[in-house]
Amino acid sequence: MAPLDLADVDTDQIIPKQFLKRIERTGYGPYLFYDWRAGGDFVLDRPQYAGASVLVAGANFGCGSSREHAPWALRDFGFRAIIAPSFADIFRANCYKTGLLAVTLPDTQVRHLIDLVHEDPSIEVLVDLETQTVRGDGFSYRFEIDLFAREMLLEGLDDISLIERHDADIAAYERRRSGWLPAAGSVGAHRLP
Amino acid sequence: MLSRTLAQKLWDAHVVRSAKGEPDLLFVDLHLVHEVTSPQAFEGLRMAGRHVRRPDLTVATMDHNVPTRGGVGAADDLSRRQMDVLAENCRAEGIRLHQIGSQRQGIVHVIGPELGLTQPGMLIVCGDSHTSTHGAFGALAFGIGTSEVEVVLATQCLPQKRQGDLAVNVSGELPLGVTAKDIVLGLIGRTGTSSGQGHLVEYRGPAIRGLSMEGRMTVCNMSIEWGAKAGMVAPDDTTFAYVEGRPYAPKGRAWEEALDHWRSLATDDGAAFDGVIEVDASRLEPHVTWGTNPAQVVPVTGRVPSPRSETDERALRYMDLKPGVPLADIAIDRVFIGSCTNARLEDLRAAASVIHGRRVHPKVRAMVVPGSTSVKRAAEVEGLDLVFKAAGFEWRNAGCSMCLGMNPDILAPGERCASTSNRNFEGRQGSGGRTHLMSPPMAAAAAITGHLVDVRELI
Repeated sequence: MAPLDLADVDTDQIIPKQFLKRIERTGYGPYLFYDWRAGGDFVLDRPQYAGASVLVAGANFGCGSSREHAPWALRDFGFRAIIAPSFADIFRANCYKTGLLAVTLPDTQVRHLIDLVHEDPSIEVLVDLETQTVRGDGFSYRFEIDLFAREMLLEGLDDISLIERHDADIAAYERRRSGWLPAAGSVGAHRLP
Repeated sequence: MLSRTLAQKLWDAHVVRSAKGEPDLLFVDLHLVHEVTSPQAFEGLRMAGRHVRRPDLTVATMDHNVPTRGGVGAADDLSRRQMDVLAENCRAEGIRLHQIGSQRQGIVHVIGPELGLTQPGMLIVCGDSHTSTHGAFGALAFGIGTSEVEVVLATQCLPQKRQGDLAVNVSGELPLGVTAKDIVLGLIGRTGTSSGQGHLVEYRGPAIRGLSMEGRMTVCNMSIEWGAKAGMVAPDDTTFAYVEGRPYAPKGRAWEEALDHWRSLATDDGAAFDGVIEVDASRLEPHVTWGTNPAQVVPVTGRVPSPRSETDERALRYMDLKPGVPLADIAIDRVFIGSCTNARLEDLRAAASVIHGRRVHPKVRAMVVPGSTSVKRAAEVEGLDLVFKAAGFEWRNAGCSMCLGMNPDILAPGERCASTSNRNFEGRQGSGGRTHLMSPPMAAAAAITGHLVDVRELI
């Protein structure tokens, strides 16, 4: 577990804009918190936190830009779960799509985890999605998560396949849409095979 | 029938499928696409052998990393590749693309409304957090991530959990020199960066009714900066007058039908909100941010506040500011008038009216980046470009530009900028750069005096 004891950590910090020019989904790890790490002695670069897979952070984590590159970078760096008192909505949704678990715990419990890891950087916690708990030596904190999101994560389901099962519903909706709604018009699709 | 809020009416009207224990499946009327958050989504489709379900409801443009002078040739290799990849994806899937150099190119949240693609009652998404801008028309509009972009490309639908309702009731009348930007900056200063989380916000009241569509877009645009899922304003005659006659607006009989429907898009009497925030517009002053998030904001007549948290202390260090210093004593190096928040024709007019007949301070480098190619053209027809250029402003081509500094327009480390954009995060406008957010007239005034200043002293 690694601590980032700051509130309002925005996605511009998590992955600065110059790294959004790539067209791949992976390879963002080296650029995580690029500007902060460039300043030297950034907490995640301290040897005692090397290999951490859980990040514990302040409130409103992931605010700002919708860039999914932020969870991609956290995942590529090695994190599997982020624990914070609150998350920005788009960031949390992006985490789930990336297979990264965003765990919301009350302030006091997050503070306890940060204090613990400051005291003993080698401390281990288990983030268990099955039982919805964060457990460690002498404590077990239950967290809430949308049950549907939980199932998607546990089963590794993908949205598109699930939605495609409802094609008849979508087609029915399309038929009852108002005729005046704007359409940019197909521009002559040359769909590649 | 149960009383409903505008937001819930918009939500209900887009439910394709609702099942207990699952998020609602919503239909997307318009999917706006740009070069930065879409390549991985198109690649995902290709790898799964899928295609875009509704290319006719998908519109793309290039905005985030386009150079604002020198054309595509001025872009770095990676940016150019992203633009090429978007063009290729749009060609392959039959999506209309307004690329760099085209007459309809511009910031995605500026061209949607100006083309009449954005209309009341619609559900609009885009891989960009400022998609809330389109809510100004009485649409449900929000930003999504790249995986969700892929979902919408493939299915034209998006699973979403129902959100709560907040109202922001803005009473009174805006004083001279105080703008829509000050309404929203003042609001965020009160609410903080995250109190809108999980909520759809409706901006209401006489001061909102009194705003132009441009002003309403500015307010809705920054909903995300206090954490809201979406922001919206119920459509009225101001909205209808803006939409009428635009390229994609309904015509003839269809216009009448649409109007009948649009007039029903208001919160019912007696509908309940989860919370109501009251703002008195008549007491507002021009606002300026002093820190590194939009909630760190004070009236320009004020002073840099004493830190109340570690976040504040960190912000003061980054911004190189001392508590107690009058805002008006802070000298600036750069001025940026642009972005999806404040780069529409009305914004440029407001800035030009302050600048007219004056000169940019010799120590300041100032630029105007119109929100779209068509805003640029309209401004030139009115001669606004001449006002800006005569004063010493650079007059650029349309794009997101220095709002997020993905193109060559960036601050140097330590440079301080008066900016009409939406985020003052560390490094947002360039690594080490320092951003003060404000309205277009305020930024114009700062350009002239060389320091943060109350625009009311100049008008």
